[in-house]
Amino acid sequence: MAIEEKRLILKYADQEGYTNDIDCYIKHGGYEALKKGFQMKPEDICQEVLDSGVRGRGGAGFPAGMKWKFLDRKSGKPIYLICNADESEPGTFKDRQIIHKDPHQLIEGMLCSAYAIQAKLAFIYIRGEFFEGYKILERAIEEARAKNFLGDNILGSDYSCDIIVHRGAGAYICGEETGLIESLEGKRANPRIKPPYFPAALGLYQCPTIVNNVETLCDVKHVITMGSKEFANIGTPGNTGTRIWCVSGHVQKPGYYEFPCAGVTLGELIYDVCGGLLPGRKLKAVIPGGSSSKILRADERFKGKKKDGTEFDWGIEDIPMDFDSLSLVGSMSGSGGVIIMDDSTDMVEALANINYFYAHESCGQCTPCREGVPWMKKITTRMCSGGAREEDVDLLKSIADQIEGRTICAFGEAASWPVQSFIAKFKDEFEAKAKEQALLRKQGEDTAKETSLI
Amino acid sequence: MLEIKVTDTVTINVDGELAQVPKGVNVIEAMRVVGKEKEIPHYCYHPKLSVVGNCRMCLVEVGNPMRDRQTGEAILEENGEPKIGWAPKPVIGCATNVSEGMHVRTNTPNLIDCRNGVTEFLLINHPLDCPICDQAGECRLQEFSAEHGRGYSRFKEEKNVKPKRTRLGPRVTLDDERCILCSRCVRFSQEVAKDDVLGFVDRGTYSTLTCYPGKELSNNYSLNTVDICPVGALTSTDFRFKMRVWFLKRTHSICTESSVGANTEIWSREGKIYRITPRRNDAVNDTWMTDSGRGLFKEFESEDRLTSYSVDQVAKSLDDAVVATRALLKAGSVGVIGSAHSSVEEQYLLQKIIKQTDATCEMVQHIGEGDGLLLSEDRTPNLRGAFINGLIKQLPERELGQLKASIEGGSIKTLLVFNQDLEQLGIDLGKLKESIQVIYFGNSKNTTSERAKVIFPSLSVFEKEGTFVNQNFILQKFKQAVLPPVGLMSECGVLKAILHELNNEAPETAMPFMDELWSEISENVEILKSVKWSAIPEEGFALEDASFASMNFVETQNLKYKPNLVSKTV
Repeated sequence: MAIEEKRLILKYADQEGYTNDIDCYIKHGGYEALKKGFQMKPEDICQEVLDSGVRGRGGAGFPAGMKWKFLDRKSGKPIYLICNADESEPGTFKDRQIIHKDPHQLIEGMLCSAYAIQAKLAFIYIRGEFFEGYKILERAIEEARAKNFLGDNILGSDYSCDIIVHRGAGAYICGEETGLIESLEGKRANPRIKPPYFPAALGLYQCPTIVNNVETLCDVKHVITMGSKEFANIGTPGNTGTRIWCVSGHVQKPGYYEFPCAGVTLGELIYDVCGGLLPGRKLKAVIPGGSSSKILRADERFKGKKKDGTEFDWGIEDIPMDFDSLSLVGSMSGSGGVIIMDDSTDMVEALANINYFYAHESCGQCTPCREGVPWMKKITTRMCSGGAREEDVDLLKSIADQIEGRTICAFGEAASWPVQSFIAKFKDEFEAKAKEQALLRKQGEDTAKETSLI
Repeated sequence: MLEIKVTDTVTINVDGELAQVPKGVNVIEAMRVVGKEKEIPHYCYHPKLSVVGNCRMCLVEVGNPMRDRQTGEAILEENGEPKIGWAPKPVIGCATNVSEGMHVRTNTPNLIDCRNGVTEFLLINHPLDCPICDQAGECRLQEFSAEHGRGYSRFKEEKNVKPKRTRLGPRVTLDDERCILCSRCVRFSQEVAKDDVLGFVDRGTYSTLTCYPGKELSNNYSLNTVDICPVGALTSTDFRFKMRVWFLKRTHSICTESSVGANTEIWSREGKIYRITPRRNDAVNDTWMTDSGRGLFKEFESEDRLTSYSVDQVAKSLDDAVVATRALLKAGSVGVIGSAHSSVEEQYLLQKIIKQTDATCEMVQHIGEGDGLLLSEDRTPNLRGAFINGLIKQLPERELGQLKASIEGGSIKTLLVFNQDLEQLGIDLGKLKESIQVIYFGNSKNTTSERAKVIFPSLSVFEKEGTFVNQNFILQKFKQAVLPPVGLMSECGVLKAILHELNNEAPETAMPFMDELWSEISENVEILKSVKWSAIPEEGFALEDASFASMNFVETQNLKYKPNLVSKTV
């Protein structure tokens, strides 16, 4: 039996006849939240967002209302709002759906947020590869501007704000908020050091800035529509609202699925929602929140205590899909990119693939990430092409440990967590590969096998 | 940029010991104060540049006293000590400012692991070509690798290949493989030289330092990027492959290019100078100097250099030249063209001679274009000294005044010229009266030396010791780096010998001892009253300049100088 989705953000997205133009959006109740928002005081909206408990959907899961609270309002400098639409985390494809199918929802969410934090100007930093999305957003903004949902004196409220869409040029690091800000300023996207450059105080052009994910900003719209109480009723305390899970990998029906937080377990998501694995295959591992989150092994047992003191004892299929549960099992919900791997997966190759990505995307600013991540990539690539050594496993782990927590931005963690977790959970496979190749070398046979590595 | 104002101090706890450090400085500077500089190695941080924190070498653990969120009161441990909330991750010392009660750990196993890790990472793609690298011996990477490296490599893969010899500009050559991407040079170009030509291209481990297309690193401060490069990536094209730095002797000196008086270090071996680099002085030149100032030593390697005393164009001993000079000076009607290139001591002795012979003295100004940084309009190192010594009373003009008329009119019989070419001063030597005798002090041959009756070859600033007074009235000492040409004595010695001869005292053959000379100077010169030679500190000695407040010196604003705006507007 398939579990029913509860769609909030993607409610209309896939309905027949629903288009991404403004008339269709207004027909479905669009821009009512904005009108309602303008009846409220900005600080009341901020309070609503804080009360709703909505957490950032970009990866770290930091409460959005708390982020807004850190905003430096005393400096007298203009405040900026930036929508982070640089969706590049491998395994994640939710923001693109929102932008393509319901761009006005994002614009409305942004305007509500911009009004709440009294932003002077708002930006959408969209991933360079999303050219179609860029065109859709540009058109949507034109439409909104024509109807005075955007621009000067919006709907006679005395509040003026405009949205500028800025395309990236194809770098994962632009999704890091300070890197994004640098890029938006026209520089290389080198993330800034924090302290002192916390965006809420010294962000875009050294002015207070809020950077939020596409999904988070859309949630703001629903918080205003529903009120914080009703919004907080979705999901569980501390994990409110819905989340869009982007399921990819070895399942029958990969795709995006929206559920209340903790409204579905990982097992339900794989077997009921996504139709299970391919015939004859067995689940081997799951990366639950985009490629940088730590991998979970299918036959693991997760035991421990929750925050409220209750104990849990979960198999991989029992894990409720929400922020806290996934962090309890040692991983994270990240950007919601659930990658399913069945028993046909070669874990060394999978890691080599991930390492290739991070080595390619390291900005090169700070030493551990610039040098360490390509090193890990070189090792895993060598392991796949026949040169594996038994000591490589420990070396990889040691390199990852030397990166984690010592870099300017969270990219260091993003790149070292996969390595650490793959080795912690699949060390046997890495060692087996090295032994197998050593044997083949001894026998004078070709050690490399054909792989589907990029 | 970090400006340290030592007005307040805070108490911090470094590895369990309390220490007083200036308020608001970062942890690296605080460790310098505490004497634990070595505990926090760093590459990208430079005290005169903005902080980027990209090398990750200066990681430290810090903690601050915890406070109760509601009441704001300090939380105490059981023993009454404040409870310390340690940061969960190590932080970079360069971007962390000290605050009252802060705890800093510099040597935990985790931190040692951090440094070792960064060192290993920096070395995996490094060419390890120290044996042919110019930076060897003064290379941060080399030093820290010895201390924090593992001694063998775990890196079995292929190293990255990058350009080995890129010409960044006329004076700087780049080896990209050695570059650790600290961005000091980029920041220097942007923030200090204000000539934004350097940047990184490509991404990640392939990041490469280069000039923007169509631009080159050709500004007059380009060699500072070589100085601040912590590794052997940026090298001086001139010094490249010339000499091992550990063979070179370092002597503190002063740049004579302009009245800024940048503090320098002369690197020499066996009487030959190989390079000149800036020496830090926060009141004068920070840690920078001009490229043009670094090449000044080459002027003294010319073949035109005067190397022997002569009378009537015949080489003579110093005694003969002094005797001949005495006769010329005793004849009276002496004119002196002084020089702001002379040191304070030389000017003092010259002024004594002028008094004794009742001579008239004039100087000319040497001006060029200033760059607002470390090259001032006044291209002499010691004009202020001439005022302090009473050699002149008024600012010199571009040309000689009354003295020129006296020379051309013939009322001057003997002309004592310091470091100038009369022809360049507009005096037609062909028309000069036969009766005028010229005594010439100078470095190299010119039309004046050809006409001179007596020649005293002077020494370069690298071959003698003395002091200059810079534009900010800071008395600065320079020391002898190399030996002068054989048989030559410093101008101070010559002038003293002339004075003795004039006074019929016993001739003095030894070089004048600076201490002795200074005890005399400090007795006779009001502004230098309390100064002792041996007590002049390395960073200079600020003199009382109030009596010169109304003077309209030609310098306009530069790095550490603000012109006297009140009098300028008059």
